[in-house]
Amino acid sequence: MNKNKVLLREFNMQKNMIIMSIVAGLLLGIIIPSSIFSVHAQNKIIINGAGATFPFPLIDTWRVDYKTIKPEVDINYQSIGSGGGVKQFTAKTVDFGATDAPLTAQEMQSAPGAVHIPETIGSVVAAYNIPSIPDKGLKLTGEVLGDIFLGKITKWNDPKIQSLNPDKTLPGDDIVVVHRSDGSGTTFVWTDYLSNVSSAWSQQVGKGKSVAWPTGIGAPGNEGVANAIKGTANTIGYIELSYALTTKTPFAFIQNKEGNFIEPSIASTRAAVAAQSGALPKGDQPWTNVTMVNAGGKDSYPIASFSYLLLYKELSTDPNIDEPKAKALVDFIAWAITDGQKTGESLNYVPLPDTVVKLDQDTLKSLTYKGKPLL
Amino acid sequence: MVCLVTFSVFRGSIQIFSYEGVIGFLTGTDWNAVEGRESFGALPYIVGTLASSAIAMVIGVPISLGIATFVSEMSPPRLAAPISFVIELLAAVPSIIYGLWALFVFRFWIRDLIEMPLYNAFHGSLPIFAKYPFGLDLFTAGIVLAIMIIPIISSICREVMRVVPNSQREAAYSLGATRWEAVRIAVFPYAKAGILGAAILGLGRAVGETILVTLVIGNVIGIAAIPTTLFSQSQTLSSLIANEFNEASSDLHLSALIGLGAVLLILTMIINIGARLLVRKMVKVPTGEKGRR
Repeated sequence: MNKNKVLLREFNMQKNMIIMSIVAGLLLGIIIPSSIFSVHAQNKIIINGAGATFPFPLIDTWRVDYKTIKPEVDINYQSIGSGGGVKQFTAKTVDFGATDAPLTAQEMQSAPGAVHIPETIGSVVAAYNIPSIPDKGLKLTGEVLGDIFLGKITKWNDPKIQSLNPDKTLPGDDIVVVHRSDGSGTTFVWTDYLSNVSSAWSQQVGKGKSVAWPTGIGAPGNEGVANAIKGTANTIGYIELSYALTTKTPFAFIQNKEGNFIEPSIASTRAAVAAQSGALPKGDQPWTNVTMVNAGGKDSYPIASFSYLLLYKELSTDPNIDEPKAKALVDFIAWAITDGQKTGESLNYVPLPDTVVKLDQDTLKSLTYKGKPLL
Repeated sequence: MVCLVTFSVFRGSIQIFSYEGVIGFLTGTDWNAVEGRESFGALPYIVGTLASSAIAMVIGVPISLGIATFVSEMSPPRLAAPISFVIELLAAVPSIIYGLWALFVFRFWIRDLIEMPLYNAFHGSLPIFAKYPFGLDLFTAGIVLAIMIIPIISSICREVMRVVPNSQREAAYSLGATRWEAVRIAVFPYAKAGILGAAILGLGRAVGETILVTLVIGNVIGIAAIPTTLFSQSQTLSSLIANEFNEASSDLHLSALIGLGAVLLILTMIINIGARLLVRKMVKVPTGEKGRR
């Protein structure tokens, strides 16, 4: 019996040894090749960015596409929201920030030397669910939209709506307003537009990423609003154009500055930005008051806005950026605003008009690392 | 740990308390984060939190107690095991799953099968039903919260009732009690401290639940978040924090949201202390059927 036990113990020890050597071998196997690999690829550059959720699908596609051009550059973008993006950019914990709303005067002060680089365009539509009008094309003006969202127009067959749509039968039901409950760049664009076209709105509510809604139901996210609209009759709400196109939610044609009712689309949004872009400031100037809403031009859709990338004009301001990284970052953005724009269109992102691309290129050329230009 | 959390929450909210005043923040009904018009008041969300949790408790506790009683006292053992297994499985479902299911499926059932009939039956004559229902409201939030807390409360109640000594039941039976009477006079009094504890645990989850509530409560802001009917949209402390924290860029807005967290912390503390006192008071009374028959 005892002998057996000893044998058993020996066997167990042997077994342990075998297991240990296997584990050690595996560990070595993992460590050695990867260390060889890391020596081999020590010029790998990781660019960290954070910010708005709206451009995330686009930036993520750029990440993949750019890998085929510059395999040594890894782009890591966290879509934590514009507010978070600005905060991390100001705290210099990321290499670039992204935001749907330009920096406010106060934010500019806490991040001196920040430049704005518009990288894509978003547009917001008024989506609705009226059982008697299953298709897109209800006509609305900014003023009427303002009154609906203020709770002043409460019935769909209100004369103000009916007179814009003489060919449609509108129900006599109550209008149910749906808005975003979470703070969002989409809300900023929407309220920016309403403030611009309705003086009552601008006096009573104003613009912001989250505002004091006078009426309606709040739902989180584009998908929350779209779901609330689809699931409830006689609703109206606002969602991103790309989201409305993908989910085939009917949306309204909105009257622009010249009096035309414009269908929201990539082309009409691009037209609006092209019409408005003549008066843009330089990249390093304050963009606080830049707005693309209610643009002139007969084909312009009136509810559009830039989404911005944020960088420091002197890239060494951020101690995490060394020279190769600064170069890689600027190269990547230079690619994104030119070749990268083609990717955007297939994802329903509105490509930048040429004037804006030119402006961005000038901004990139003005960027420096320790005084030396990078492009 | 608790001290650290409390400390940082209160430090983060100093700014809002000095801007609005403690009383002003607690009783204010405005909530406006627009630059230049800032005004923050927490009252509507305190009311919303209490109201949604109250609905959850009113619905959830009796049902949980019923389930626990059935499983531990009445059902044949062959049935008890699978039932408790299924209920415990429900307790493991994350709240986001309940929330999404409620948003995409359940809210339509509630609207069409409960809310619309109630609304039509009273035609606005009964104030609590006098609002055209959409299914995204306080009532839905309360029911889904109830569904979420039932597994927890009923599992604990079942365990508490199971440890009631058999001698208690046998004593009741020997006095000629029916099965229901035995449960009522022998099991419930013996287990009541535990049952209360289970209910408080459920209440704690309901008060703090965030994502589920955000999806179905309708998320209105300001004075409108004080519900006037059962079918009103509302907002809770935690849902407002979840909604606005990500994009809050001004320091004051951020501080106001952390202030809501402080209020929530105090609210849960009050509930817990209240529960402790209640349990202590009840345990002092000798258990058993003294003076009942």
